[in-house]
Amino acid sequence: MTRVLVFITVIGKDQKGIIARISNAVFAHNINIEDLNQKIMAGYFVMTMLADMSDSKITIGDLKKELSDIGKQMDLSIQAQHENIFKAMHRV
Amino acid sequence: MEYSLDEVMETVHMTLYQNFDIRTVTLGINLKDCIHSDLEIFKSNVYDRITEYGNRLVFEAGKLEDKYGIPIINKRISVTPISLIIESSHEDAPLEIAGTLDRAVKDAGIDFIGGYGALVQKGMTKADEILIDSLPDVLSGTERVCAFLNIGSTVSGMNMDAVIRAGKIMKSISQRTENGIGCTKFAVYSNAPEDNPFMAGAFHGVGEPDFSLNVGISGPGVVRSVVEKNKSCDLTGLSEIIKRTAFKITRAGELIGRELAVNMNVPFGIVDISLASTTKVGDSVAGIMEQMGIEKMGAPGSTAALALLIDAVKKGGAMASGNVGGLSGTFIPVSEDSCMNEAVRTGALSIEKLEALTAVCSVGLDMIAIPGDTPAETISAIIADELSIGVVNGKTTGVRLIPVPGKKAGDYVNFGGLMGETYVMDISTFSSRDFILRGGRMPAPITGMKN
Repeated sequence: MTRVLVFITVIGKDQKGIIARISNAVFAHNINIEDLNQKIMAGYFVMTMLADMSDSKITIGDLKKELSDIGKQMDLSIQAQHENIFKAMHRV
Repeated sequence: MEYSLDEVMETVHMTLYQNFDIRTVTLGINLKDCIHSDLEIFKSNVYDRITEYGNRLVFEAGKLEDKYGIPIINKRISVTPISLIIESSHEDAPLEIAGTLDRAVKDAGIDFIGGYGALVQKGMTKADEILIDSLPDVLSGTERVCAFLNIGSTVSGMNMDAVIRAGKIMKSISQRTENGIGCTKFAVYSNAPEDNPFMAGAFHGVGEPDFSLNVGISGPGVVRSVVEKNKSCDLTGLSEIIKRTAFKITRAGELIGRELAVNMNVPFGIVDISLASTTKVGDSVAGIMEQMGIEKMGAPGSTAALALLIDAVKKGGAMASGNVGGLSGTFIPVSEDSCMNEAVRTGALSIEKLEALTAVCSVGLDMIAIPGDTPAETISAIIADELSIGVVNGKTTGVRLIPVPGKKAGDYVNFGGLMGETYVMDISTFSSRDFILRGGRMPAPITGMKN
């Protein structure tokens, strides 16, 4: 089965439970986390999570809405974008 | 991870903070097979074709916005030049067809439709004349119909009779719409490309297939940001940095355009790599030039800076896509660019300097407010000057001027929304009337004889 890889990215003020909240949300939709990267950039917490949605029934659009709600509660900017856009822009 | 955190964040930052977007996805649609001797059936054919594909365009584009997280700002349609499909129709047909186009795109949720125009670079057919005469009615009576005329080309020269008409038409449109806003939907060209996805000049050329999905990318904010971060590098290095950025944003446009074409089951056309300003703060071509070291656009050095910018964008874009087309230059629409407006307000930027700038970029004198009492012959003369640059240099140039009724040089005018706000530019009051009214056809330049 073709994998459906999405990057979930988070930018905002560091606080407890960011990874926990997002991991729970994606787990609830049967999405597998393949990789995770985080650091503090210019005083901001920055995280990228590569996740495989191929076993999930949710669409990227609906996932984004859920993540956006978490973002609003925690004052974070959370995006979800299909991997192909990064491949197109950063790989020849 | 296959991608570094910095790479992923570069893309995310572009959309979140630097206004990176796909400016337009424009579906070119052939309407020639909609022609019918019964005008009602003709209109119904046109309406059905546009609403069917328009609805699908909006739906499929929305899905890709969600998938890639890159906003697609405008979903538009371009059609066969309308003068071609009304050749055998009654004189009332143009207005009726224009009304149908307007209604169809409104019903489909499409924001603009281009192609209400004619190719008259060498001469006008009866249908061309009828269509041109209908422009003031159409542009004051419809909301979303955009009109164009191609008046000159490098191989045909320039149709000065059409230039005379264009000046009168612009005056007439301006007098019939508030602040002359109808003129924002009308542009005249030399060497107009048949696959341009940007309004007001988009049309689906006669050499195109039944459908063609064209994409206009953008990203002045992204380019401005990289130039800002590289204050100390020389111009060779700056060109390289802009080139790399243009490559990345073009690749994103190509990906989305190709996938959209597949999902709609239509041929993919071109990526237009033009940098196009918007009214948003920071999303400004003049802002890029300021970061390059030009105090205000229009200052000496502006033409060189713009030449470097557009050259780098073209090189990066051409490497990123095998299907670069359309206008693929840098737009300098005055009212839509906040830094350019400031340059006009402070006197740094004149219409004469804008004309010089268009020698190195596309697409011409764009979205410029001029005094409402500017004579039609003077507007025609400005058109003739600008289109000559395109005709002689083998490139596209266009003119979209807005004579604003009751306003004089220096006055402020707000067109609202995407069309922006601006200050009325000073226009020379010396007359070229006798030259313009000679009419006829300016012969094609010797550079057009390439065979």
